Amino acid sequence: MTSATARIGAGPAVRRPRRRRRLVAWLFIAPLAIVNLLVIGGPGLSSLLFSFTDWDGLGQANFVGIDNYVELFQSPNVLAAIWHNLLWTLFFLIVPISMALLGAFLLSRLRRGQVLFRTLYFIPYVLATIVSATVWRQILSPDAGIGAALANLGFDGLAGVNFLGDPSLALGSVAFVNNWQWWGFLLVLFLAAMQGVNPALYEAARLDGANAWREFWHITLPGIRPTLMFLVLMTVIWSFLVFDYVYILTQGGPAGSSDVLATVLYRTAFSEQRAGYASAMAMLLSSISAVVVAGYLILRKKLDWDV
Amino acid sequence: MIRVQTDTLTAPAASRRAARAAARPPRRAGFRPDHRPRRPFSVLILVVLAFYATGPLAVFVFNSLKSPAEISRSPIGLPSEWRWENFATAFEDANMGQGLLNSAIIAVSTALGVCVIASMAAYAMTRLDLPGKSAWILYILVSTSVPIQLFLVPLLSWWSTLGLYNTQFGLIVIYWAVYSPFATMLLRSFLLTIPKEYEEAARLDGAGEWRLFTRVMVPMIWPGMLTVALVAGLQAYNEFLLAVTFIQDSQLLPVSLSLYSFQQSYAVDWSLVSAAGLIMAAPVIVVFLLLQRRFIEGYTQGGLAN
Repeated sequence: MTSATARIGAGPAVRRPRRRRRLVAWLFIAPLAIVNLLVIGGPGLSSLLFSFTDWDGLGQANFVGIDNYVELFQSPNVLAAIWHNLLWTLFFLIVPISMALLGAFLLSRLRRGQVLFRTLYFIPYVLATIVSATVWRQILSPDAGIGAALANLGFDGLAGVNFLGDPSLALGSVAFVNNWQWWGFLLVLFLAAMQGVNPALYEAARLDGANAWREFWHITLPGIRPTLMFLVLMTVIWSFLVFDYVYILTQGGPAGSSDVLATVLYRTAFSEQRAGYASAMAMLLSSISAVVVAGYLILRKKLDWDV
Repeated sequence: MIRVQTDTLTAPAASRRAARAAARPPRRAGFRPDHRPRRPFSVLILVVLAFYATGPLAVFVFNSLKSPAEISRSPIGLPSEWRWENFATAFEDANMGQGLLNSAIIAVSTALGVCVIASMAAYAMTRLDLPGKSAWILYILVSTSVPIQLFLVPLLSWWSTLGLYNTQFGLIVIYWAVYSPFATMLLRSFLLTIPKEYEEAARLDGAGEWRLFTRVMVPMIWPGMLTVALVAGLQAYNEFLLAVTFIQDSQLLPVSLSLYSFQQSYAVDWSLVSAAGLIMAAPVIVVFLLLQRRFIEGYTQGGLAN
């Protein structure tokens, strides 16, 4: 609109430079646009189309309507996986967030050694998933892990416990390992947010004789609310996308006891060659993210939060 | 969406705290002279948490130096005899040399490509006459939060058709696409802080846009570029899902997959598996300790934008 009026007003003398400027702008954004459409945009859209077909990933795809979606919500595997994702979400909303809030609050009041502690807490986060999985596979193994070590000291309550191989423990053990790598990252984010809280508020609270708990509850928590809310919502999204740890540590087993949506999707697509059905699962996963992101954006706009 | 307070992160917290304390007026006599009393209980909790974070790593290092027999005798604790030869054996058996070389190629190419793609896009979005700027920003924000599983299955078939499946270049292109949206937003925020006078002076001297971009803008956003390169390179080095899906040939495997397959086959020899894991982790830990401030800054922003 503005370009049209400008063109009429400015006359032919300016037309070529303006067109040229546009061209230059397009050339500068072209690399991003091309790789993005090629890798994310194009395949993402074709996932939507394939979710209505019986595509096997290689050959011809036939339109099957909403059959894949009907099957999705009737499959016991998928429903069990969704349940595991919900348990996973609950675990990650409670355990790492409380540990990180506690650690960050105590650290923010420390006079010396902040940088040292922050570095130590952050180290697990920079390790690859495969490395931290390696660390913990050994510690959790029944023959050469923590159970055997405690048995050597005379405490054999955990001896022979197969944390990753017992159907009732597998999911929790994988979540425990993922939390080890994850919570330090949250702590660093919370610490940064806490350092942005106005120190005068703490001064005032101390003059009123507030103890540490009241300071945390009435000043720190409200002060970091935007960061906290953002991470709570991101925790929900990430909990539904979790893949690496489950795939590496248990492959979803034993007997599907630690299967999550992403591992079921991966198996469906690449072992069972049911790419159309897997695409329907991908749409379910993406719509969960989309709903959470939309909810977050609406909340932010309505309540005028600054994140 | 990604505005973390980086200034508070990068500035040494202790010195700022000291400055704050110095700026405070002296207290009246008799009123709690020590404003921040020592808190032995808090320190104890912090130490326990630090032990939780690093203790397992210590076990990992100890085990990489033991013999398998000693691990089953004493799974946790110092090795009685330090078997450094484990590292040479693991390096050989797990084909770590090839893996590290492949990973280095992938990580460096990813970092360079993301820097080029993201800085050019950020320049177009902040300085050039690009139509629909806000639509671009929205598209980029959406593509940073799209789950990989959404496009994984069709992408595999596209990549097979294009001959990019099972090639390092194919994997690198995927990393470019996946990591550059966030990098673009980060560099965009850097560019927004640079006054326009710099480029106007260069424009008056008759410099073209490309020259302006490479000679004036890139040097000014250099710290941002380093952060972007570091985060993208490390993410590519650590990445698992895309690598395991798109690379099959054992000569092309990045080190994460060398370690993965070694672990699958040698599930019982914990000393060699630990040694191989440490070989993969060592470069990352060293780089992190050397550049930790830039790392934490980049990663905290990167994580939030994921």
